[in-house]
Amino acid sequence: MALRLAGDFDTSYAHDMATVRNRGQWAMFGAFILVLFALPFFADAHVVGIINLIGISLIAAQGLNILVGYTGQISLGQAAFMAVGAYTSAVLVKYGVSFWLALPLSGLSAGMVGLLFGLPALRIKGFYLAMATLAAQFIIPWFFRNVRVDIFGGMPGMKLTPPELFGIVFNSQQTLFFPIIGTVIVTTFIAKNIVRTRLGRALIAIRDNDLSAEVLGIAVFAYKLRAFFLSALYAGLAGSLWAMYARSINPEQFSLGQSVWYLGMVIVGGMGHGLGPILGTTFLRLLDELTVQIAPMLSKVFPQVETGLLAALGPILFGGSLMLFLIFEPHGLAHRWEMLKAAWRLRPFAH
Amino acid sequence: MNWELFPQFFATGLLTGGVYALVALGLVLVYKSSRIFNFAQGHLMMVGAFIAWWFVENLGLDVWVAFGAAIAATALLGLGVERVALRPLIGQPILATIMMTLALSQVLQGATILLFGASDRALPNLFPLQPVIIGDLRLKLNLVMAFLVAMLGYLSFVVFFRFTKAGLAMRAAAEDHQLAQSVGLSVPRIFGLAWMIAGLVAAIGGVLLASISGLSLVVSLIALKAFAAVLFGGLESVPGAIIGGLTVGVIESLAAGLPADPAIRALNLGEIAPYILLLLVLFVRPDGLFGLKRIERI
Repeated sequence: MALRLAGDFDTSYAHDMATVRNRGQWAMFGAFILVLFALPFFADAHVVGIINLIGISLIAAQGLNILVGYTGQISLGQAAFMAVGAYTSAVLVKYGVSFWLALPLSGLSAGMVGLLFGLPALRIKGFYLAMATLAAQFIIPWFFRNVRVDIFGGMPGMKLTPPELFGIVFNSQQTLFFPIIGTVIVTTFIAKNIVRTRLGRALIAIRDNDLSAEVLGIAVFAYKLRAFFLSALYAGLAGSLWAMYARSINPEQFSLGQSVWYLGMVIVGGMGHGLGPILGTTFLRLLDELTVQIAPMLSKVFPQVETGLLAALGPILFGGSLMLFLIFEPHGLAHRWEMLKAAWRLRPFAH
Repeated sequence: MNWELFPQFFATGLLTGGVYALVALGLVLVYKSSRIFNFAQGHLMMVGAFIAWWFVENLGLDVWVAFGAAIAATALLGLGVERVALRPLIGQPILATIMMTLALSQVLQGATILLFGASDRALPNLFPLQPVIIGDLRLKLNLVMAFLVAMLGYLSFVVFFRFTKAGLAMRAAAEDHQLAQSVGLSVPRIFGLAWMIAGLVAAIGGVLLASISGLSLVVSLIALKAFAAVLFGGLESVPGAIIGGLTVGVIESLAAGLPADPAIRALNLGEIAPYILLLLVLFVRPDGLFGLKRIERI
């Protein structure tokens, strides 16, 4: 339990459960939302674009956090489930369904596929289950590349027309910001609260010891499947938004490397912590952006690798920071943040 | 179905499977001794092949000398990787080790592009190009030699594990880390040895593969097929790695070559056959053919 400020008492059960606890926090929360939604009116399109990308990755990372962080099941297939969502949206839009209906539907379809690949959890766990999701990571892009090329467009993929609502066409970073951040707020709210329900507590029990959880009367398989469903549902939503953001999708965008990135976001941020995916996604996406910025400068220093420098620096910085986190701070940035907060509250005392 | 082509595709698949078996061998060796599944094995292969290419291209070494030097260099790299990245994780949960090898694969990928460039390279041929003809079968000499090298590698590991002290120590560590430590074996040193051998095997596999199908960043993806081989044979079993590798090679080749219907051929079934096999194994017999069944207690 985190330390509380002096004078912060619980006066009712509702207050005890509240996430935003007092007037100061409400004010900060309101100010944050206000600044967030005012941002696209002032900020540069490039900055808004980065925030949009962070938002999309964040949804996928939150889903993965439910599966990996809270349930303790390893998934190497998050990008593939995103592909399911992206293609569902693209196909539905192609056949005249509104994007705003396609968005939840693509979440559901990805969730169903997630259930399918979660089925091996009946017999296997840990590393073996990771291998089953690895199979998903190869089978799903293969499906979109080779099956029904007339619908899914094969290797070149599909193009999307930007969606419309009340006469506004969502074709710029500023307009895309609202549906993306809107979805992020909803998914964050749900992800935060799932953990505090019966479902979330069952998932945590399974993570801590699945045999004990079974003995306690938790239907381990059923709950694991729910975690798989939720995780893939989040991925499907992210994929659908990605399709809208990129406007052109192909199977190569959803590679194993991407899945590793999402896992990296969860780990760098802190597994099994509500704040984890937010910090991890922001950190890694900004690192990526930094790479894009410094690559041209570095290519003046190393002219011989000019062409591949960006492709080289990205994986090195990502892999390197992931390695450092695994060795020195396996609990991730969220844990550091908690420690910082505790130290601030206890100041000037050390303990 | 083109049944008349069966022998040809079977033989080609078997030979390709030899390379998968070699990769699988590297994976099993590390898993057996340190319980770490090395997702970076494919990237170690790629790095090994690129080092060999670099020795030939920039130092003008003879192909076979470069091959030997690349094996030594990759073995050292394997040793270094264990020391720097994996040793701090002893006792950490399985996710940490999986993520570490995945992060490692990213770093190796980036380093390869940085040091050797992203474009495709040509490794000089290790063997003459003319095909071997046995009856109706036409087989690439490259593939045949790769297969023979893989089998030779397998036999030398059987001998190593059975008749040398280091091999015995590795088997002991594989059985139980704490027991091995308590009888005076240095478990960290054994881990180092296992990674060194993994690097060695990776370099051999990488160079063979690059001499068959060209040298590019794609080489690293081959190891992903070997994952299916390892699970099919059982994670802890050296003969299982060989049988699994050959099976995956044959199944992949048959799935790609046998269907006669152009609509089915267009599906590229060979691409996912190993992963379908992987899923089936996980459903039917998760421990693989020769794997150990683990009993858990609370």
